[in-house]
Amino acid sequence: MADEWIIEASGLRKTYDGMEALSGLDLQVPRGSICGFLGRNGAGKTTTIKILLGMASPAAGSARVLGLDATQAQQSVEIRRRTGFVSEDKDLYDSMTVAEITRFTASFYPRWRRDLEEKYLRRFELPPGRKVKALSRGMRTKLALLLALCRGAELLILDEPTSGLDPAMAEEVLQALVGHVAREEMTIFFSSHQIAEVDQIGDRIVIIDRGRAVMAGALDDLRESFRRVQLVFDGAAPAATFQAPNVTRVQRNGRVISVLVSADADAIVEEARAWNPASVEVTPVTLKEIFLETIQTEGD
Amino acid sequence: MMLFRLNPSVGVPIYLQLMEQVKHAIETGALQAGDQLPGIRPLAEELVMNPNTVAKAYRELEHEGVIELRHGAGAFVSPNARAGKLADKWKQAQSVVAGTVERLRARGLSEEEIRRMFEAELANRRGGRRG
Repeated sequence: MADEWIIEASGLRKTYDGMEALSGLDLQVPRGSICGFLGRNGAGKTTTIKILLGMASPAAGSARVLGLDATQAQQSVEIRRRTGFVSEDKDLYDSMTVAEITRFTASFYPRWRRDLEEKYLRRFELPPGRKVKALSRGMRTKLALLLALCRGAELLILDEPTSGLDPAMAEEVLQALVGHVAREEMTIFFSSHQIAEVDQIGDRIVIIDRGRAVMAGALDDLRESFRRVQLVFDGAAPAATFQAPNVTRVQRNGRVISVLVSADADAIVEEARAWNPASVEVTPVTLKEIFLETIQTEGD
Repeated sequence: MMLFRLNPSVGVPIYLQLMEQVKHAIETGALQAGDQLPGIRPLAEELVMNPNTVAKAYRELEHEGVIELRHGAGAFVSPNARAGKLADKWKQAQSVVAGTVERLRARGLSEEEIRRMFEAELANRRGGRRG
């Protein structure tokens, strides 16, 4: 069973300058998935990734990646060796050329894939002789991705891989990722604040808000089970509370009560009949709605 | 090729959307018995979607007898997928829908309201089937 989760963390806490970045984060990523790690800027995504790679240590909690303890120095070296990582700022050695940094990086990884290197150099149209500092933002991202993909890693951790890219470039990056996963045995864990791209290529999702995981699961399960139940009354909506489980959020506005349920909308509809609503409507919910409803809005 | 168009943002599981579209392609005759379906990898890459999701849709379609997965050779439309008959069924259903939409419009409902009613009804049914 230990093999089922390629990333497993529980109760992670981390404080920076008195500010709590993580406050008891739990995380489980199954092997072979493309797991989107969705949250607003400042929700704690980068801090979590740093802890998983042993680049920061948590104040409390445990983190295991590839079955290794990320909080132990020796084991975290092994995690970094076996994981392809692209940081948000795509830090690369600026003074090297594309060819130089590729050779340089390859020298650290015994399982370096020359075949993939050639493939992605062609596909991404990276000019071998150009200095890294002279690359456009999109080119830089592609180079960072190439260096991560060619390591022969079984796990790829990407921090905001498409941030700052135009839509066409972002699509190209996503397509390369999907194509890579389809051909190699691999798991991708990527953070993003772009709901659409998580929706598009992810099969799992973890939503993080204020240092905690507020939602996790298979995306198709969420699409299938989440529903919005809208009740319209002839007069003012009653101050109803629901006994049924799975109620994520209830909003009352004039004659309308809107209930977001994470499963079994029928139970809510059944319960609502007692208040004699004039109409009951059950509609599907998009990931965007789920995201906006599960994260707390400012001032909540 | 672009036979399939998936929309992650409608709240319907992607594998179900893909299953429906494969069935639809068979019903309209775009795909016929014995035709080969695109491989999981090329299709995932082309649609920029998760390969696990394509695999799940194919597994379910095989389970329903719509397609056959032949080891090492790929996915094929089942010989017993009844294309012509289904095309007729499709046309008839389309005229039922057209009539219904026409009547609702005559009652003063907007396109958006009609769309929402259809979606709500389908969502209700999906919920009911599971519950």
